[in-house]
Amino acid sequence: MFEYAPAPESRDVVDLKSSYGLFINGEFVDGSGPSFKTVNPATEETLAEVATASSDDVDRAVQAARKAFGVWSALPGAERAKYLFRIARLIQERARELAVLESLDNGKPIRESRDVDVPLVAAHFFYYAGWADKLRYAGFGTKPLGVAGQVIPWNFPLLMLAWKIAPALACGNTVVLKPAETTPLTALLFAEICRQADLPPGVVNIVTGAGETGAAVVAHPDVNKVAFTGSTEVGRVIARSVAGTGKKLTLELGGKAANIVFDDAALDQAVEGIVNGIFFNQGHVCCAGSRLLVQESIQEELLAALKRRLDTLRLGDPLDKNTDIGAINSAEQLAKIRRLSDLGESEGAERWSPACELPGRGFWFPPTLFTGVAQSHSIAREEIFGPVLSVLTFRTPAEAVEKANNTPYGLSAGVWTEKGSRILWMADKLRAGVVWANTFNKFDPTSPFGGYKESGYGREGGLAGLEAYLDV
Amino acid sequence: MSRLSVKKTYKLYIGGAFPRSESGRSYPVTSAKGEFLANASRASRKDARDAVVAARKAFPGWSGATPYNRGQILYRVAEMLEGRRAQLAEEVGGGKRAALEQVDAAVDRLVWYAGWSDKIASVHGAANPVAGPYFNLSTPEPTGVVAVVAPADPLLGLVSVVAPVIVTGNTCVVVASEPAPLAAITLAEVLATSDLPGGVVNVLTGRQAELAPWLAAHMDVNAIDLTGVADADLALSCEQAAAENLKRVLRPVQEDWAADPGIGRMTRFLETKTVWHPIGI
Repeated sequence: MFEYAPAPESRDVVDLKSSYGLFINGEFVDGSGPSFKTVNPATEETLAEVATASSDDVDRAVQAARKAFGVWSALPGAERAKYLFRIARLIQERARELAVLESLDNGKPIRESRDVDVPLVAAHFFYYAGWADKLRYAGFGTKPLGVAGQVIPWNFPLLMLAWKIAPALACGNTVVLKPAETTPLTALLFAEICRQADLPPGVVNIVTGAGETGAAVVAHPDVNKVAFTGSTEVGRVIARSVAGTGKKLTLELGGKAANIVFDDAALDQAVEGIVNGIFFNQGHVCCAGSRLLVQESIQEELLAALKRRLDTLRLGDPLDKNTDIGAINSAEQLAKIRRLSDLGESEGAERWSPACELPGRGFWFPPTLFTGVAQSHSIAREEIFGPVLSVLTFRTPAEAVEKANNTPYGLSAGVWTEKGSRILWMADKLRAGVVWANTFNKFDPTSPFGGYKESGYGREGGLAGLEAYLDV
Repeated sequence: MSRLSVKKTYKLYIGGAFPRSESGRSYPVTSAKGEFLANASRASRKDARDAVVAARKAFPGWSGATPYNRGQILYRVAEMLEGRRAQLAEEVGGGKRAALEQVDAAVDRLVWYAGWSDKIASVHGAANPVAGPYFNLSTPEPTGVVAVVAPADPLLGLVSVVAPVIVTGNTCVVVASEPAPLAAITLAEVLATSDLPGGVVNVLTGRQAELAPWLAAHMDVNAIDLTGVADADLALSCEQAAAENLKRVLRPVQEDWAADPGIGRMTRFLETKTVWHPIGI
């Protein structure tokens, strides 16, 4: 094997300020809570100080959104559409800046932020822009809900923002969005884009902070709609807190997806799909294919090929264009991945990682495989949200279905086989909101995404994504 | 000597059978004027759990049946209901003409929903034009076992909440109207003779406040319809309990049962499954 020379993307395109405020009613304002630092997880360097929105700040943001709702919802759909098209274009124009900032703040490889996240963000705004003046064809009516309180996670900071804001605005709602405390920077850059687009003040408000700020958004009595993406644990708390309030709620929660490989699968493609399924975005993906179910007869062959492939993965500087695996987003998340992996070992599964040098600073975890995993093991049941794959086996299609569905989650699943009728049979039996057959981790604004069972309710994307933001 | 009539004993309907409550309890049901009509079973927590087990057991078969088959069976339910018109009108109570109208409306509502079985996927699914070489299709699927707290309206209200839940392939556990449960058990007898597989609909009579919280907290129930819960505190506690396993919740609503129902009651208990496959040779 030859070595790659480093090919770092330049940070010059990003103009980092030393501190950031909140974005309320079209202005950047100070927060009244204590400010906090957001760090580059690859180096632990502090990137900026960010304001914490207190419940008073959240109240101001909701009031601004309420006031703007009158104006925004009264605009003809075609005018709302043009604002969203503008935003989409501005995102494309500033794509490189957004991608670099996303990689700096999140730790994800530039290859992914540049080629996946940011293009999809623009595509979501384009897609929902087109719906704004065509709502009457969608079948959910045309009446917006009002003020949407939205709380998003740190794994796809900008993409989750787009999933939330684009359909909300297209339907005539206004929003108060709280990004995750470890990744607030691209949301604040998006606020600047809203200003460049001359979006009326108050239509989009961004409040930064941790769990308390999010709870204040969710609990605010003048919020009509709550949308949350994050852990099942927090989703439960939110579902309880909106009970009896009449607020409409959608939840995109955790997963423990089965990626099922049959003995007739195209092996090299399956290996690529497995890698993409669990090591994409360091495994910080709610729909990650974290449980590999291999047909017993090809287990050895597949694992050998998978290990060979993992040996070629490059871990390191997220801004290096050759990097496959970037940094774990935070010290806290790294600790969780370590704890669950150690638990996997102590419960009797066999751990393997490729020879892989971890950088001295920052938060890192090598791609990791567990074999000899039983369904009862924690690593087969609990969402790890990291680059850790648990391997189980099966003999018959019925057993594969049984094992795949043996989870309280139901977000996604993968099936690898060259037999079409089996794909359709499996797709039918799997209790999951998205089934990828002979592919994995594909996303598109036209395609609904969301879970069964404890992976939440409601769908984002596609025509179904409008339902969440209209008074159906 | 005049003939002594044979009175009907009203029982529960669980897994296609008509057991008494395991608790041995019953409660008197009276007419609007306060006359004794019959004793209805007062279901217990254990009966509710048994009903959930029956509903779960019936789910694979019912959700796996073809939509055409489900539509045929729902239409058969309407046929059988029509045949019990006089009896049901009596159990519905009130003026005779109004009661008959309600039975007729319930029959018509079943026929309406029967026709949706093989159309909802066309209306609520989509072929998604993704930006890449992929086949991408979204289809609606039933969410699973649904607990239904039926409204006070004894027959039309009941049919209007049960039919949309089962037509798409869900199975259910129904808590019948507490003051007016008799029509619900007669409906169960209709269902039992309509080719509807046992367990698809399970009917409990008894106290709403005693049964609903256990169904809301049951970890093998996927969704709960709180339409018939009039007590705001009870509705709140049920919705909070439902959060534990992220049940889909339909909050209490005042509905005009005579109005066009729309498809909202069906879509509320549907999941959307999206399947991706690469296109290539």
